[in-house]
Amino acid sequence: MTQDTQKSAPGLQLDRADTRVRHDAGLSGALRGFVDQVRSGDLGMLPVVIGLLFISTVFSALNPVFLAPNNLVNLLFDAAAVGLIALGVVCVLLLGEIDLSIGSMSGLASAITGVLWVNSGLPLPIAILAVLLTGALVGLVYGYLRNQFEMPSFVATLAGLLALLGLQLYILGPTGSINMPFTSPLVRFGQILIMPAWLSYLLAIAPGALLVYGGMRRNQQRSAANLSSQGMSVVITKAIFLTVALVFAVYYLEQGRGVPWMFGVFVLLVLILNYALTRTKWGRSMFAVGGNAEAARRSGINVKRIRLTAFVACSTFAALGGVFAAARLASASQQAGTGDVNLNAIAAAVIGGTSLFGGRGSAWSALLGVLVIMAISNGLTLLNLSSSLRYMITGGVLAIAVIVDSLARRSRASHGRA
Amino acid sequence: MTLEATGPGDGEPILRLRGIGKQFGAVTALEDIELDVHAGEVVALVGDNGAGKSTLVKVLAGVHQPTSGTIEYLGRQVTLDTPGKALEMGIATVFQDLALCENLDVVANLFLGHEISPWRMDEVQMEVRAWTLLQELAARIPSVREPIASLSGGQRQTVAIARSLLLDPHIIMLDEPTAALGVAQTAEVLNLIERVRDRGHGVILISHNMEDVRAVADRIVVLRLGKNNGVYTADTSHQELVSAITGASENSVSRRAARKLEEVGEDK
Repeated sequence: MTQDTQKSAPGLQLDRADTRVRHDAGLSGALRGFVDQVRSGDLGMLPVVIGLLFISTVFSALNPVFLAPNNLVNLLFDAAAVGLIALGVVCVLLLGEIDLSIGSMSGLASAITGVLWVNSGLPLPIAILAVLLTGALVGLVYGYLRNQFEMPSFVATLAGLLALLGLQLYILGPTGSINMPFTSPLVRFGQILIMPAWLSYLLAIAPGALLVYGGMRRNQQRSAANLSSQGMSVVITKAIFLTVALVFAVYYLEQGRGVPWMFGVFVLLVLILNYALTRTKWGRSMFAVGGNAEAARRSGINVKRIRLTAFVACSTFAALGGVFAAARLASASQQAGTGDVNLNAIAAAVIGGTSLFGGRGSAWSALLGVLVIMAISNGLTLLNLSSSLRYMITGGVLAIAVIVDSLARRSRASHGRA
Repeated sequence: MTLEATGPGDGEPILRLRGIGKQFGAVTALEDIELDVHAGEVVALVGDNGAGKSTLVKVLAGVHQPTSGTIEYLGRQVTLDTPGKALEMGIATVFQDLALCENLDVVANLFLGHEISPWRMDEVQMEVRAWTLLQELAARIPSVREPIASLSGGQRQTVAIARSLLLDPHIIMLDEPTAALGVAQTAEVLNLIERVRDRGHGVILISHNMEDVRAVADRIVVLRLGKNNGVYTADTSHQELVSAITGASENSVSRRAARKLEEVGEDK
């Protein structure tokens, strides 16, 4: 049956046998592919880049302090906690689910940290472990409700929002807030600790180098397997742009205090989640369940278990985010996790490019989105705007992000891209 | 594609269904179904819309659980409670709705649930295997790195069939595999069915197209209103099959044929 027109001519690469398809090669090809992609509604990082440029132009015009190195360092300190929570939101959004209780979960986490560590005098690692286990347990409950009773996650987590907030108030007791010692490692981590300059520069160069190395290895493997390989020119150009941007960013931050360890830990977790989502069977199953749960089930994927892991990951990330927030504020209070934390984390994930409709997104969207959200919040604070105005503007930004997501989705559907 | 016959020799029964029934609330979709599939044979399952063919397929694929009856597979009585279990045991299915994830690319869909090295997916090896499989099916897929959403109906069908062959199953069930295919691709699928059979696998083919069915089927099992309505061979006349499917020799198809015959007679 292989004696057909499709039979590839000798010497042709496996994936280049079909002559009807345009294969973009080299730099101009990559550029053309990118333009096609954006036109069809696959926006990628574009909204974030445009958003950041717009925000920094507006805010630095209104208040030059906005772009000062030390303000940006502060921004990174602030971004880590919400970024971690957004990282969890990416996990549930990928399945087309939602967790509205992440704010309360983070608040509860900071309360537990305060009570166990400060009030009861337990060692910090044990307190953090207890917090993470609590997060995982809450996620298990949500997953169980969703799997066993088909309870829509937005209802289950809305109930959780109130219940967890109640628990937070209960364990904080009548005093309502617990201060954490300023000399403790946790608070120093949240407010002072900065990476040494040499390490920051090393970490700024590493991604570009890894990109080139990975590209070369990939090409080697692909040509060994008789598959076409992407030209190195594209990889090298990308690597150069990335390295220049990162080194400049680090140089600029080093003019102030430098790169916070807190932010570094956040980026490390982004990298780990990114690996898990793109290179493991678990990640592939997450995208499959988000795209077509019934198809995933028929392929033998345990859909219920995947859902459970997503909710557990989300609540656990939210709990860790709560610990980070407590470290940042040096206190656990009744206000922790309330207000705009929920909205900021969800908005960050959506702005970064994770679809609310499931099956599309990446760990990077938490990192990129949280930079946009935190830039807005930081800029508005610098303008001495009251929180009433800040809430309204952040709400508007989330609405815009969702509209962009919906429009892009419609455009992708009409261009035959999922 | 390596279709190794690790199972029973030719002619031995792989699958034996006895008294299978399935109810959806008040509706009886299947009642007392008997079906045997032997190694190295193609069993066609035919019947009108609503005869219960797709329900039977879903029971065998582990998607639905039967309300009564027994399934004997390779001489042992089994329960197929999840799709994963059916796949593991070697019952592969190409569903009528294909069950593909539109947001994933061709390679990801082919290997879904069975990725090579789960903790560090080997994309290169999976892509090579995908191309080999697709070329053996003479498939015209422009790129295996495009999401399924960008493929045509026929291309999606081919991907779904290729996926079912990935795990060297004992039995392959094809629910309307040629409905969306062009002339050449239909022929390729029929060729493929014969080749799978010659390797000693059992094939269950569901089709409305009597031409396709008679071209490849060793036995034709007719379902009518959720019950068995006779077993036929490929030599059976078209009319006999139609009357078995519709339940009477006097039916809309025969009436139409008779009317046409009359009209032709009057014209002369």
